[in-house]
Amino acid sequence: MMYYSRLRMASVIGVCLIGLALCLPNVIRQPMASLPWRQIHLGLDLRGGSYLLLQVDMNSVTADRLRGLQDETRQTLLKNSLGYRNLTTSAHGVTFTPRTPEEAQPDIKALRAMPMNVPGEFRVEQAEGGQITLTLSEEAARQRSYDAVTQSIEIVRRRIDATGAIDLEITRQGDDRIIVELPGISDPERVKNLLGTTAKMTFHLVADSAIGSSVPPPGVELLPMTDGQSKLPVFSHVDVDGADLTNASASIDQQSGEWAVNFTFDSTGAQEFGDVTRANVGKRFAIVLDNKVIEAPVIRTAITGGSGQITGGFSAQQATDMALLLRAGALPAPLNVIEQRSIGPSLGADSIRAGGYSLAAGFVLVIAFMALFYGRFGWYANIALLANLVLMTAILSLFEATLTLPGMAGMLLTLGMAVDANILINERIREEVARGRSALQAMQAGFERATGTIVDSNATALLAHVMLFVFGTGPVRGFALTITIGIVTTLFTTLLLSRMLMVRWYARTRPSALPV
Amino acid sequence: MMFDRPLLRFVPRGTKINFMRGRFIGLATSAVLSIASLILFFHPGLTLGLDFRGGIVVEARTQGPADFNAIRAALAAEHVSAAGVQSFGGPDDVLIRLDTPPDSEPDHEARTQAMVDSVRHAIGTLPGAQVLRADAVGASVSRELFRNGMLALGISLLMILAYIWFRFEWEFAVSAVVTLILDLTKAIGFLVITHFEFDLVMVAAILTILGYSTNDKVVVYDRVRENLRKYRTMPLAELIDLSINETLSRTLGTSSTVFLAALPLALFGGASLSGFAWVMLFGIVVGTSSSIFIAAPLLLLMGEKRLRRDARPPTRT
Repeated sequence: MMYYSRLRMASVIGVCLIGLALCLPNVIRQPMASLPWRQIHLGLDLRGGSYLLLQVDMNSVTADRLRGLQDETRQTLLKNSLGYRNLTTSAHGVTFTPRTPEEAQPDIKALRAMPMNVPGEFRVEQAEGGQITLTLSEEAARQRSYDAVTQSIEIVRRRIDATGAIDLEITRQGDDRIIVELPGISDPERVKNLLGTTAKMTFHLVADSAIGSSVPPPGVELLPMTDGQSKLPVFSHVDVDGADLTNASASIDQQSGEWAVNFTFDSTGAQEFGDVTRANVGKRFAIVLDNKVIEAPVIRTAITGGSGQITGGFSAQQATDMALLLRAGALPAPLNVIEQRSIGPSLGADSIRAGGYSLAAGFVLVIAFMALFYGRFGWYANIALLANLVLMTAILSLFEATLTLPGMAGMLLTLGMAVDANILINERIREEVARGRSALQAMQAGFERATGTIVDSNATALLAHVMLFVFGTGPVRGFALTITIGIVTTLFTTLLLSRMLMVRWYARTRPSALPV
Repeated sequence: MMFDRPLLRFVPRGTKINFMRGRFIGLATSAVLSIASLILFFHPGLTLGLDFRGGIVVEARTQGPADFNAIRAALAAEHVSAAGVQSFGGPDDVLIRLDTPPDSEPDHEARTQAMVDSVRHAIGTLPGAQVLRADAVGASVSRELFRNGMLALGISLLMILAYIWFRFEWEFAVSAVVTLILDLTKAIGFLVITHFEFDLVMVAAILTILGYSTNDKVVVYDRVRENLRKYRTMPLAELIDLSINETLSRTLGTSSTVFLAALPLALFGGASLSGFAWVMLFGIVVGTSSSIFIAAPLLLLMGEKRLRRDARPPTRT
């Protein structure tokens, strides 16, 4: 209890020095690129910026797949010269009635041979009434939503990166959510607009025969034009997919002087585009973006170069954004912003100032209190307190943690509570002195008896804050994290450092009475 | 040397205050306060913050003192109807609240976002005005945040119960948790009276004061346990009094440092932190007094028979 070996002292001091070194990245520039340089990041509430919580619309992911499945089913049956009636999609699958009961077995055989995105993606079964159903499996649905979120994160990143945002943070949350943090962007309207469209571009042939009819024949859909006034019947089958684009850019069309978006296909896309246009010269070809027809020009000649142009009466901003969206790729499903928090830069600066002053004032008050009420041992506690602050900063830097306003409050409270351990020890020593023990015995008893209490009281606080970290969200997690780290550093600085200072002082001076 | 000896002392050495004599007054006061807090909780109830209520809150700073009519007119021009436009903090700071469309409506999320943008545009039309903060929380998210917050609170209480149970005997654990629940109700009453918004940060504040209060009780209990072993024939009431008196200096010392640490935050911490810090200050006072006036008497009531049966040595954990 009263003896510190050289090794033990060296390691306590060593830990403090390492802590001090780890704090450096927060105050000075990185001197060499090879040196690891981790620092605390300021949270959005301190530096200003926006936080968006996005939800991926999973219903639409499933609906999309079912639509595709229905289309594939029709193609497969037609290719095998099999007939069908009442081909529809329900919530979980595709259903149809075979032309004759005898065709049911060949139907099932042909459909089971269809390519699947993942093994066991759907089951083909015949119901009692003779209907054949294709049901998507749960497993595949889960996989699909996981993939959809992963893919969405990638697309979201590409889209926002293109706006020149810095330090962008995108994280997955739960099953179907994405957190986007945009430091420095306090008005996220443009970002929200960029994320508000899936930007799925497809090319369909226009069903000229169906123009004017209000109920489209099977395999034809009535899609609204972007002007919102009229509707155009187009074949559901996707002739060319915008996913095969390699590049898109906005420019002013030489002839019309209007803003246009130029796009280039990869080799697959160029091949398909060439084939379709060659086979359908003279027909109209609809360019569809998010289920709206942008334009439907007449194909004059086969386009084999793999590039094209969209002119839809765009403004400069619309053309630029559309090119950006096409370059970044389509989202697998619509995203909804379900939570938005944005903080202007001036409020962030206000918060830093207020938080910083309070932190400093609280720290000074605690130090003054300890000095006044506990004398020399109080000053030792204050040294430990300073070391505590350094070590907390060091660990937060090491984790590259984000410091938020509640996090700052957490640091302050930790410091307030950190002295508790010192107070416990000092009060115990006083008691023992009052009982007539010698200086050595009193210190020994003080350390010994207080340690159990210190561990008990810190353990309960630790439990409460670990729970808060696990179940909390956003800034509260930052608060819980700083306190959790603070409890660990408190145990170190009080049980090892301040005790060492007291023990060393005793060994040096061998006093007959303690300054308590 | 000047700094060698302490200059001040909290409590004179060797106090012998008879706390247990006032145990029924303490319990009765606490019961009255807690019941009053419960009544306040049901009526008028907590002021729910944005996290738990959902909705839109925009804070803006105008050039010069805020002109509410101009702000309302600008909002009306953007076709948004504000549920409230009020000042907060300084005279040039305005708080605009809007209710989000119910989540039964289709597109409620997109409409909520459009409303935030409209408010921004409206503020943009006012000369020199800037948006300080704009938050929008959908109804489904707020329900979820609320559930998570309550879960954190509930599980923390259970963990504390389990820990004290494990370290002490069950009388200690039960009286600690009952006291904590009483503390909790009073904190809620405080929130209702002060109209501080109850949000995630407040849940953190409440958990912190519960942690602090537990810490305080553990220290007193620790001493009670020690004395139970030391003085095997002392009546429990006397023994608890002795333990409280012995730890009084520490109890007051620690409460003071935490209080001092949180005080500047309450006074200068800014709008977002001062509510948190006031709850902390309240919690420190309640948590410290409840260790002496609630937790200890409860332990006495529950443990009188069991912990002090004749002069038998107490059961140990």
